[in-house]
Amino acid sequence: MAFISVFDVLGPNMIGPSSSHTAGACSIALLAQKMAPGPLASVAFTLYGSFARTYKGHGTDLALLGGIMGFATDDRRIPDSFRIAREQGLAFQFTVNQEEEEIYPNTVDIHMVTREGKTLTVRGESLGGGKVRITRINQVDVDFSGEYSTLIVIHHDRPGVVAHITRCLSDQNINIAFMKLFREARGQTAYCIVESDGRLPENIAGRIRENAFVNDVMLVQPA
Amino acid sequence: MDFKNGAELLELCQQYHCPISEIMKKREWELSEARPEEISAKMKTAWNIMKESALTPISQPRKSIGGLIGGEAHLLNRRREAGKSICGSVLSRAITYACAVLEVNTSMGLIVAAPTAGSSGIIPGVLLALKEEYGFSDSAVENALFNAGAIGYLAMRNATVAGAVGGCQAETGVASAMAASAAAELMGGSPQQCLCAASIVMMNTLGLVCDPVGGLVECPCQARNASGAANALTAAEMALSGIRQLIPFDEMLAAMYAVGKKMPPELRETALGGCAATPAGCAFSCQKK
Repeated sequence: MAFISVFDVLGPNMIGPSSSHTAGACSIALLAQKMAPGPLASVAFTLYGSFARTYKGHGTDLALLGGIMGFATDDRRIPDSFRIAREQGLAFQFTVNQEEEEIYPNTVDIHMVTREGKTLTVRGESLGGGKVRITRINQVDVDFSGEYSTLIVIHHDRPGVVAHITRCLSDQNINIAFMKLFREARGQTAYCIVESDGRLPENIAGRIRENAFVNDVMLVQPA
Repeated sequence: MDFKNGAELLELCQQYHCPISEIMKKREWELSEARPEEISAKMKTAWNIMKESALTPISQPRKSIGGLIGGEAHLLNRRREAGKSICGSVLSRAITYACAVLEVNTSMGLIVAAPTAGSSGIIPGVLLALKEEYGFSDSAVENALFNAGAIGYLAMRNATVAGAVGGCQAETGVASAMAASAAAELMGGSPQQCLCAASIVMMNTLGLVCDPVGGLVECPCQARNASGAANALTAAEMALSGIRQLIPFDEMLAAMYAVGKKMPPELRETALGGCAATPAGCAFSCQKK
């Protein structure tokens, strides 16, 4: 069982009104922003389930946009997210999808486009009490919480890539808490996700990129 | 150091001759990766946010997003200051502050979920009222928050604090149990009396459903926070008087969880039953759409 801290009970410190619909939404977008391949020009949110039905009454839209701009759950700028985004020249759009029923109740898809035209789509779920998880990157189903220092390696599904990743980690004496592999199909794009107890060093991404089969590396650090 | 239930918590208190707050602090020191001074600083921040959210709406009332609440703390405070309160000073302050925090929460202000956003008014309400009335220092209250955290941790671990799973008894009920235990320790009660107070609250809130009008954290949530504060003070008063209860805290927590799981989905945060399904509640929901 995961450790329950006193601050899991007395917390999160958050802009209201809802830990799942406001704080959780903000946390998902904040994680997505940390994964973005550069400063964003535009972002499109698709809301599902309870998010789709009740987002306005819970400020879910403001919290999502705030998170995308790097605001944490306790950032008092969240209610002003729309104005701040316009000032920063960040285009944003919210779409509601109430047709999709086979989906977790509080789910959002975040489609990001950087100023250089790169794109990334991330799906997140708000699990209650401010807890969240990322369940999809582009078209691949994944699963991580962002509570740990997290390394996401996008690579070709080829022998030896995972060995390369673990070698880079062990060379720096890093202890892996969790390691998971996901892929689209055999021989196609694969995702290796490593969660570490300690803080992963920033230079680890560069080392891992040295392998020819590695397409991209993201490092998501907890607050 | 860790404990899985209230009985183990009491054993640790006895073994180390210390209050519940101290055991919870030791547990956090040992099991989290944070240093003791970081943990104390974090609790100080939490208490500062709690105080601010309990006091600001008295002078600056704000309307909620859904428009169902706003200004209640100001009204309650005016009545108390005019010497008209029928509750007396402590209870009047506690319900004022509890309502205030919900005003802040529903107008997108900064609060501490305790244990949830919808039940965030009860702990600040009770503890700030006691601090003002009896002159406790901020650090004494920050200590008491560790006591509240111990109760909340047990509820999270062994039952639930989610309205969608266990109804309002799991949210405002647990918040009130946390506040009752913390209040008992702050007022000099023993660890047994703290758990007794928490147990009394769980008895008195058993079966409370989660039925937010329009699916918003406004009505009846704010009133439930006020009554949660009253429940906490009542239970702490009984426990501190030396009144004993038949049912231990662990068993009440299990009973709450069992009752929660038997609640139909309509009464678990779906806004399909209870207050939400009344003609007035439905009329509001339709008008919002």
